[in-house]
Amino acid sequence: MTATTTGAPGKPGAPGKPERRGRYSVLSRRDKLTLGVMLGIPTFLVFFFVLLPTILSVVLSFTNWNGITPLDRIDFTGIKNYQTLFTKYPPFWPALTHNLIWLAWFLLIATPLGMFMAVLLDKNIRGTRVYQSVLYLPVVLSLAIIGFIWELQYSPRQGFINGVLGTNHQGNIIDWLGDRSLNLWAVLIAASWRQVGYVMILYLAGLKAFDPSLREAAQLDGANERQMFFRVTFPVLKPINMVILVITIIESLRAFDLVYVINKGLNGLELLSVLVTNNIIGEAQRVGFGSAIAVVLLCISLGPILWYLTRSMREDGMQ
Amino acid sequence: MTAATVDRDTVSGRRENPHETPKRRVLLHAFLIFMAIVWLFPIAYAIYTSFRPYAETNRLGYVSIGGTYNLDNYLNAWNRAELPHYFLNTVIIVVPAVILVLLLASMAAFVMSRYSWRANVLMLMAFTALNLLPPQIIITPLYKMYVMLPMFSPISDNGIWYDQYFSIALIHIAFQMGFCTFVLSNYMKTLPKELNEAAVVDGASVWTTYRKVIMPLTKPALAALATLEVTFIYNDFFWALILMKPGPKLPITTAINNLQGQFFTDNNLVAAAAVVIALPTILVYILLQKQFVGGLSLGSTKG
Repeated sequence: MTATTTGAPGKPGAPGKPERRGRYSVLSRRDKLTLGVMLGIPTFLVFFFVLLPTILSVVLSFTNWNGITPLDRIDFTGIKNYQTLFTKYPPFWPALTHNLIWLAWFLLIATPLGMFMAVLLDKNIRGTRVYQSVLYLPVVLSLAIIGFIWELQYSPRQGFINGVLGTNHQGNIIDWLGDRSLNLWAVLIAASWRQVGYVMILYLAGLKAFDPSLREAAQLDGANERQMFFRVTFPVLKPINMVILVITIIESLRAFDLVYVINKGLNGLELLSVLVTNNIIGEAQRVGFGSAIAVVLLCISLGPILWYLTRSMREDGMQ
Repeated sequence: MTAATVDRDTVSGRRENPHETPKRRVLLHAFLIFMAIVWLFPIAYAIYTSFRPYAETNRLGYVSIGGTYNLDNYLNAWNRAELPHYFLNTVIIVVPAVILVLLLASMAAFVMSRYSWRANVLMLMAFTALNLLPPQIIITPLYKMYVMLPMFSPISDNGIWYDQYFSIALIHIAFQMGFCTFVLSNYMKTLPKELNEAAVVDGASVWTTYRKVIMPLTKPALAALATLEVTFIYNDFFWALILMKPGPKLPITTAINNLQGQFFTDNNLVAAAAVVIALPTILVYILLQKQFVGGLSLGSTKG
């Protein structure tokens, strides 16, 4: 924020990069103040509500605060929470595994299917608009509602799937959302129902930016569709691939609503995000311990986020 | 490029493909029709079930056609579960949150994209990074902050930030700020920089440049973002789940979690409730599809 109020001209950009925008000497004191306020208020909100709690999560993860004792009597216990988490907290490893399965499923199945649909629908075919709208429809629904809609399919006695399979009677019921060996996969199908359309729309936007002359050149060289995609389209669309990769990872780590609506993230549907919240809305508040789980989630998230930001910065610099 | 993405037609990529044979065309359409049916089925089935009384599905089974169809499930869901009340709660949160986040993000984006201070790039990076974090990372300290921070009446009816509309709106504003700023600054970067210089020559202040020159040109992006943000915030389940008491003040999307089991005792009622609650976003999508898709495209592709 201080940088915005000084009003000093920015240092020249990357070497050899021409100075792109305006002169600042013409800005009056009032203008500088206006700019400071315009940037200051949004920055304050983001820092106060997002950055500060992120830092506090890290700090609190080294304490045993139960959320009740006064703040000045908080005990710092070093890495004890993390030791407990990794060695003595039964749901941790299952939750981490489920998050990784979620990520693998999205990376290997939902996201590629979304990209595949985008490539198909980017062509000159009749009704492409209608297909796009249909595949995209689940994206406008909340994940809580998606949970409801899929419960209608999966529920043991009243669900559509068991009705069709005839497995809705006492003795032969398949409990899609209750059986530990099935429920994660059932939920992943519901989650993919949304993810495929999301990825498709993002990738369609990327495909529109694709230079048609590259396609023509490749066609003249006799490339078939598969070669066209893997050798030309995919490498050229690297920026959008990066965005989609980051979104896929982040969505897998954010997964929460769907499992929470279905069974509060228990019994085979444990996720790191659910474990964090269990430590605040449960009977006993374990702020320090819950924060430690949040920090594990933070460490996993920061990797792809920082990778994406540095890459996109570098690409900006090259333009 | 970014500016063009909004206006350009979604199917502008039409081109002939010499590899396209009639047989492949049929296969392609068969596959697309199959996908469309699979994708529509869960919603279609929910709508279908919502019109059937529980007694009928009990008699005929859920996988059946026939019997009576009526609106009883809707009437029950609407009245017994007091859905209008929860819809109103959502409106109280969504309207101010969307207006304020667009206003504040457009100001931040204006400064970041139209004045090239070195710090601006870092700020935009920080905004984007923080916006990508899973909300669960910040929820524990945020919850404690909300319980401890004081707020006077009538803004808060219990003296603190917990369980209040304004505080839920605020976390939405803060958490959506990064995405909105990112999208708007990408859009504003595509406007010619001479606009600022011309405004300076005319003696316009920074505020006038923002208000009278840049903002009118940013309207398409703002419309797209407003559509997206209304849907995002309407659809949010998480913040109110933790930062509000399970009770009558909850917004609709979070409230359904408590209504489940309490009021929605059979799948027919669940279906009706799901349809009612999904309807606003589906309507927004049908009426403003271009804005919706445009907003997402703006967020993912830049110049």
